[in-house]
Amino acid sequence: MSASDGVAARAVDVWKEYGSGDAAVTALAGVSVELEKSRFTAIMGPSGSGKSTLMHCLAGLDDVTRGEVWIGDTKVTGLKDRGLTELRRDKVGFIFQQFNLLPTLTAEENITLPLAIGGKKVDRAWFDVVVDTVGLRDRLTHRPTQLSGGQQQRVACARALVSRPDVVFADEPTGNLDSQSGAEVLGFLQRSAREFGQTIVMVTHDPNAASYADRVIFLKDGLIVRELLSPSAEEVLDTMKHLDGVVVPHV
Amino acid sequence: MFKATIKSLLSRKLRLVLSALAVVLGVMFVSGSFVLTDTLQRSFTDLFSSAFANVDVSVSPKTEKGKEPQPITPQAVADVKSVPGVASAVGDVQGSARPIGKNGKVMTTSGAPRFGSNWTGTGQEKIREGRAPQADDEVIVGAYLASSGQFKVGDDIALLTLEPKKTFKITGIYEYAGGRDSLGGELSVAFTEPVAQQLLLGRKDAFSSITVTAANGTSEDALRDAVAAKLGSAYEVKTGAALAKEQADQVNEGLKFFNYVLLGFAGIALFVGIFIILNTFSIIVAQRTRELALLRSMGASRGQVIGSVVLEAFVIGLIASVVGLGAGIGIGALLAKIFSSVGGTNLQLAGIGVPMSAVISSFAVGIVVTVVAAVMPALRASRIAPVAAMREAATPDRPLTKVTIIGALVAAAGGTALGFGFKQASLPLIFGGILVAFVGVALLTPLLSKPMVSLIGRLLSWSMPGLLGRRNSARNPRRTAITAAALMVGISLITGVSVVLTSATKSIEKLAAGQIQTDLIISGEGQMEGMPATFKPEVLKKVEQTDGVSSAFGWSSDGVLQGEDQLFAVAVSDVPAMKQMFGLKPHSGEIAPLRDDQLALSEAQAAEKGWSLGTKVTLQLARASEPKTFTVGFIWAKTQVLQGALVLPASAGKDFRSDGIGQAFLQVKPGASVADVQKRVEPLFADNPEISVQDRSAFVKQTTSQFDTVLLMIQILLALAILIAVLGVINTLALSVIERTRELGLLRAIGMRRAQVMRMITVESVVISVFGAVLGLAVGVALGLATVQALKDQGITEIGFPWMTMVQYLVVAAVVGVIAAILPAIRAARLNVLDAIAYE
Repeated sequence: MSASDGVAARAVDVWKEYGSGDAAVTALAGVSVELEKSRFTAIMGPSGSGKSTLMHCLAGLDDVTRGEVWIGDTKVTGLKDRGLTELRRDKVGFIFQQFNLLPTLTAEENITLPLAIGGKKVDRAWFDVVVDTVGLRDRLTHRPTQLSGGQQQRVACARALVSRPDVVFADEPTGNLDSQSGAEVLGFLQRSAREFGQTIVMVTHDPNAASYADRVIFLKDGLIVRELLSPSAEEVLDTMKHLDGVVVPHV
Repeated sequence: MFKATIKSLLSRKLRLVLSALAVVLGVMFVSGSFVLTDTLQRSFTDLFSSAFANVDVSVSPKTEKGKEPQPITPQAVADVKSVPGVASAVGDVQGSARPIGKNGKVMTTSGAPRFGSNWTGTGQEKIREGRAPQADDEVIVGAYLASSGQFKVGDDIALLTLEPKKTFKITGIYEYAGGRDSLGGELSVAFTEPVAQQLLLGRKDAFSSITVTAANGTSEDALRDAVAAKLGSAYEVKTGAALAKEQADQVNEGLKFFNYVLLGFAGIALFVGIFIILNTFSIIVAQRTRELALLRSMGASRGQVIGSVVLEAFVIGLIASVVGLGAGIGIGALLAKIFSSVGGTNLQLAGIGVPMSAVISSFAVGIVVTVVAAVMPALRASRIAPVAAMREAATPDRPLTKVTIIGALVAAAGGTALGFGFKQASLPLIFGGILVAFVGVALLTPLLSKPMVSLIGRLLSWSMPGLLGRRNSARNPRRTAITAAALMVGISLITGVSVVLTSATKSIEKLAAGQIQTDLIISGEGQMEGMPATFKPEVLKKVEQTDGVSSAFGWSSDGVLQGEDQLFAVAVSDVPAMKQMFGLKPHSGEIAPLRDDQLALSEAQAAEKGWSLGTKVTLQLARASEPKTFTVGFIWAKTQVLQGALVLPASAGKDFRSDGIGQAFLQVKPGASVADVQKRVEPLFADNPEISVQDRSAFVKQTTSQFDTVLLMIQILLALAILIAVLGVINTLALSVIERTRELGLLRAIGMRRAQVMRMITVESVVISVFGAVLGLAVGVALGLATVQALKDQGITEIGFPWMTMVQYLVVAAVVGVIAAILPAIRAARLNVLDAIAYE
């Protein structure tokens, strides 16, 4: 099977189960989804809905029990550690809730870290575009401890973008930020999808954050239950409220 | 609180194992030393009680200080026989006899004596094979000599005694009670009585001792008193039991010293252990900041927090002591076994015992060391404000000013103590000074670590993982510094010793090259039984007449008594030759041949003694019946040769214990080849394989080769201190890996390969180890130079650096760094990416 044009990442009937027997927990119960290129997709759902698990499986950070995951033309499912490592290095970017910057490196070194690890040259023009977009020009020589939370997360965003990955996965990127900084980061993610054509997948439980996305997918009990295109925050919040009433038929 | 501590302990098994290991090794060394020496002591006590099993009373000549004991006459033996209650009295002859093996080399032991005796047939020796010697050219040999030299009955055996090589026919082989080959690895041989007297004592009708057995019903004590009454005051009369105890005590005194040396090295290992434990607890406390502050916020007092950390240390110390004691018993037993079987000691081991001292010291040392090392981090932990718990801020670097000032003061105090120690030649002060200086330097290392680590790191960080590794090692200067300081201790001690020995070698070389104008040196190798081997003065005459020799002189040496002072004296055959070859210059008087009642000495010794030209000195020579008066004939000016030796005329040598020449020096005629002359002189000593003729460089090499042995021994003994330091590196890395789990997870998430993660950890490890080695080399060189300075008057005038050795240590440190990184690196590489990122 080869990926059709316009799809950056794809899950095909993905199941994820933890434990076995009576203690078995089904986190994903046959999720199939296609994430289009150059779009900003948000995955939403209440706690325990499986939204983080889905992202981890898509990003090759976790393996699936059944089904297949593809990133671009690469079949992620079945890759060994080395293949997964290279996939993460070359095709995927990450933004975490905890920023996760290396305290020993300057902001610039943190941004170019994925390239340095892969032994690749930094595309200076692209680097400049990214740095100017996140507004970190005058902070490049600072260490993470000298930066505010919002600045740190913008460094993390720049790091995810600088290697031009197929997909950037963001896991609750605004979870540790105040609303002002959060808005800046979300605005930046939105712009990079619209202006640079960067595919972005964000997991969040914040309806306001989800309203920045082009498409919002709702998960409940390991299944995709709803989908909205370019919704407002109110619409998302409304949908979330209704999700509680949705009964998911288990297969 | 107690429960919380135990729970926290158990939940971190790895931490427990790592911090305990350093204590375990130190305690193992301590208890192992005790077990080893205790076992050996009891073995030697057994050995001597069996050696004197057949002796009820033993008579030996009374020794007067400075005089050689008078031999026992046959009349005295007859007198003892006549004492009522005596069942038998046998005159024994005993003296040094060194067998020559089938390979032509003199056979050696590792400490046990090589001796000959007269075959009396009445001792505890039993003929195993063959018969007793009857003719003058026959001997019976001990079974151990036979087995180790592969001699059989009927073989010829060459022996060195007071006389040069003589060959005998082996008529039999004897063993000891219980079929033992030897009592303690000694090489022994027995002659007929007249031969033994001639070869071993150098005179006819003389005995070294009388072995007396008691008739039934006579007690040892009663017999001793009766014999003593009969013989009068010129003899020492002892019971066999007393003699056994005396000899065992003598050996055990030596073992005690051996034990002190081992304990000294154990102390160094534990000292290093303190660094490691201190570091481990500091890291653990840093990682437990949240946990401890949470306890504080829930109302735990500072005392309880301190108690919690100290209790953790106590439990670790206790467990480590038990394990260390057990391991020490094993190691001690193993070493005793090796000691008794390897190297020809052939000692019958008494059962392995665990002395109380081993148990007490293990627990005392293990627990005290651990608790002491934990107190500082505990105090720091108690100062953490409860609010810090909730903030996830990394503990900011505290300024290094305070620690640096304290470090400088402590290092200065240590240096001062060291200086005083050298001045007063006080060993405790020297060692104390060195240890205190180490602590001072360790406190200074955090300051040094920033520039040093970045310098060393730059050499290694050509790739991203390398750069990260370097940055990580510079991240916590205190932690890096203390880990490196632990490695510093061992390396600096070895380097210091090695600087001193290299300087000594260089001094000797310079002395040989500059001041001694001799081409060939004839010397006897050292002998375990006492003085070095010698040759007869007549042979020296032949050397002088050898074709190509322009001049030669030699000396015999002995200790002489001046009042209560034991002095070293040489009887020189030719003073003008000595003056010329040693380049002696007069200080007062004229350097000319000494009359029979004259002596000469150095400027320094004359100043020390307060003697000047014409001073009359009364000396007791070993074989002289009366003290003799000598007049100071000349004093030579300051020089490096012949330090602290009185020069006596050749005639005085007759009254030495042996007038044999121990060392001789010769110069060849201009134009003659040294090698040719050597070839012509060597045959004169063909029957005396213990004497060697060497040219100057060979002689220097032989003299300095003992330094290599010393260095090797110290390296082996310090290996444990270095091993513990390596554990410290592993420990620091492992704890750092745990601490940086999230970062490692991130690096893996953004695409760092496992191999790259391992390289990153390895670089960090190598940077720390090399930093430790560089510190060690620097401190070692400083210690070595201080020692050399202090020993200037002892003849170490040159300064030499063991460059090769120092480079080796650096390389070894780098290799050690790679090895230390293996386990932490594997652990880091195996981290599950998702778990690691979510790690709190």
